[in-house]
Amino acid sequence: MLNVGKIEEGFVLDHIKAGKSLSIYHHLQLDKLDCTVAIIKNAKSSKMGKKDILKVECDIDMLNLDVLAFIDHNITVNVIKDGEIVSKKELTLPKEIRNIIRCKNPRCITSIEQGLPHIFVLTDEQKEIYRCKYCEEKYTEPL
Amino acid sequence: MRHLMSPLDFSVEELDQLFDLANDIEANMEKYSRACHGKKLATCFYEPSTRTRLSFESAMLGLGGSVIGFSEASSSSASKGESVSDTIRVISCFADICAMRHPKEGAPKVAAERSSIPVINAGDGGHQHPTQTLTDLLTIRSLKGRLHHFTIGLCGDLKFGRTVHSLINALARYEGIKFIFISPRELMVPDYVTDMLKERNIPYEEVIRLESIMPQLDLLYMTRVQRERFFNEEDYVRLKDFYILDKAKMKLAGPDMLVLHPLPRVNEISVEVDDDPRAVYFKQVQYGVYVRMALILTLLNIRVDEREGEKICLT
Repeated sequence: MLNVGKIEEGFVLDHIKAGKSLSIYHHLQLDKLDCTVAIIKNAKSSKMGKKDILKVECDIDMLNLDVLAFIDHNITVNVIKDGEIVSKKELTLPKEIRNIIRCKNPRCITSIEQGLPHIFVLTDEQKEIYRCKYCEEKYTEPL
Repeated sequence: MRHLMSPLDFSVEELDQLFDLANDIEANMEKYSRACHGKKLATCFYEPSTRTRLSFESAMLGLGGSVIGFSEASSSSASKGESVSDTIRVISCFADICAMRHPKEGAPKVAAERSSIPVINAGDGGHQHPTQTLTDLLTIRSLKGRLHHFTIGLCGDLKFGRTVHSLINALARYEGIKFIFISPRELMVPDYVTDMLKERNIPYEEVIRLESIMPQLDLLYMTRVQRERFFNEEDYVRLKDFYILDKAKMKLAGPDMLVLHPLPRVNEISVEVDDDPRAVYFKQVQYGVYVRMALILTLLNIRVDEREGEKICLT
């Protein structure tokens, strides 16, 4: 049994699909933050069998939760203050995501236009479909 | 300020107004002949398309306006590496409205975001070609008298043909439309189109042979099998003659069935069909000019007074 200590202020991202924590680490750009991060892989879970957990000790305004919702809105976000869980945040799919994923369509204007952001728009909330704002190509690849 | 990126940018009611205006222009060309006096249209064509460009130019000249522009990327500053965003900001200083064709999908949308003048998408790669769809709808409405309750056959390259996908999406908004898709298996309509029809309970059939369904059709929309859509020449040669409309097949159709085609035609409609009164593809080109005239007036907010033929700028 591995023991990871408590954090004073920050987030605990629970119920991450096993094996996905590193991908989330990169998408949340945690490598750029100067704070303590614990990546726990393949922890035992009664709900999921195996799960990943991320503990991030940082100012609670520092994380872009929209990105997290896009990656997996089933993740539980526990907000920690003074060593205690003060709230659990519900993730909802963001209406728009900017510069997180790139449009893969080689015929899309984003492939040649300098400085153009890669923007994806939620076009079908039920089916969780995002499309490129410019060429409307569906985003298909899992993160 | 409004732009036109997709045929669905306009509601059904707005399209009705646009088509009413186009029909009024058709009936009273003289009344509109000075409506755009002093206005300039920029045709920014990053890839050649003589037909669409000339249709836009003819529309603006018919309204008494003038035209500037370029007809291929090599004669524009794009060849020096200028971005679409920069080009449109420059063009906005030269013209009052812009029609843009670009090989990259979404380029006109980028232009619209940065532009201070209305931008019309005149075709962006395999994505959208809204003025072709408006042309098709105006032709159907003018010659059939309605945009609802009919059976339309779409024949040829239904997989890559953007005009076909746009037309299906546009017609799906009207009541009582039944689609019959006629194509070789290799060129059938993509799943996302048939999924959309299923979701909205819009009836459709997919068939291989053209002859069998001719008697059912109120409209037949023919398309070209484009060489550039194929990965190899062998596939193109094998499929291009698959569906040729000739006099014999026309005999199977009803007396009121109309044949449309976005043109250019290669050999999918035999020239012997051209004299058949049901072949309306050259009339369709003329409606393309009327609908572009109506679109330019609408986007520039110019209304021509009924009695005096005097223009009123609404902005």
